[in-house]
Amino acid sequence: MIREKVRVKKFTIDGICVTGQSNQTILEVARDNGIEIPTMCHLKGLSDVGSCRMCIVEIEGRHEPIPSCTAKIKEGMEVTTSSPKIKAAREMILSMMFSERYHTCSTCVVNGDCQLQSKSVELELSHSFTPYLNQRFEIDASHKNFVNDPNKCILCTRCIRVCDEIEGAHALDLFGRGLGTRVIHDMDEPWADSTSCTSCGKCVYVCPTGALYEKDISEEEIIKKREIVTELVRNRGQK
Amino acid sequence: MSTATDDRYNALEKIIKKLGYEKNALLEVLHNAQGIFGYLGLDTLKFIAKRLQLPYSKVYGVATFYSNFRLKPKGRHNIVVCAGTACHIKGADKILQKIEQRYGIKAGETTSDEALSLLTARCVGTCSIAPVIVFDEDIKANVSLENPLCDIEESIK
Repeated sequence: MIREKVRVKKFTIDGICVTGQSNQTILEVARDNGIEIPTMCHLKGLSDVGSCRMCIVEIEGRHEPIPSCTAKIKEGMEVTTSSPKIKAAREMILSMMFSERYHTCSTCVVNGDCQLQSKSVELELSHSFTPYLNQRFEIDASHKNFVNDPNKCILCTRCIRVCDEIEGAHALDLFGRGLGTRVIHDMDEPWADSTSCTSCGKCVYVCPTGALYEKDISEEEIIKKREIVTELVRNRGQK
Repeated sequence: MSTATDDRYNALEKIIKKLGYEKNALLEVLHNAQGIFGYLGLDTLKFIAKRLQLPYSKVYGVATFYSNFRLKPKGRHNIVVCAGTACHIKGADKILQKIEQRYGIKAGETTSDEALSLLTARCVGTCSIAPVIVFDEDIKANVSLENPLCDIEESIK
């Protein structure tokens, strides 16, 4: 494989002059320089897919905002991480996440430790801008330790990526398309019947919401070890 | 029937071999498999996954993502209700509703006796004779909204 030469590039984020390596994304450079961009599907240690669109930023000369987690940096680009347009877009994205499925915090097991919940507090989302669809999906509680509740899923695909990239099993993937999309095990089999699942629980730990959770734990007791993946990658060392 | 003795699996194996057991030839293989079997059953998908060394979930995810792939066998007859703009204005949704009520199936499903599959199409390209339904290979023009199946009902067996 031919390695691309890594160059240092200079550009500005919110008027602050920053430098980064050419293989870095806008989000990485922003975090290195202490500039906060809200994220949802991004998890350090996993690949980025830009599925949630929470980390969108504006770039001078482009019409539409782009997700900063997948956008590579360019020399001389002018990035704006927060503007009224971006803020409105992020609020809309978040409220669409809420309206698509069945997010009722008061009855949810991860109430208090949910990243969808904390993000809406962070972005000061007071109400949903779109009508609720109230879709109902079947809950898969066949596994002896874990439960898969598609009603709480925001389709960030963290579980799929952690299963593929860290555990190497790829027991999970997305089923279907559009509003009916679900996270499935193998050939849409019950979790307990999945032959490729190793029951490692990494998907449960990285899930930002209550879509995947451990059994026999009451709410507020649940602690999601989301940093476990970042730790694992760091301990394994860079290849 | 086991996969070893079934000729259709041999034919599929040949196609996969021709494509060099490439992982990224998955779509091509799925297309060919549907051509051979008429639909993509779970056994077929598992066979493909094993041959291409892909995870089951990935193969299943791709097969369900594209509306062209059928996971259930096709019925002996097939009705396609056009849902294009012209047909929609002339009441294609009412026709679809009538057929769905008559046979107790939703669009994309097949009756339990495998006599009829009901499908919808974006547009069949014959907007001048809307609303249109396609029964097997025949196009039925200006379908009545009250009784859309009047002249084809007896041939559905």
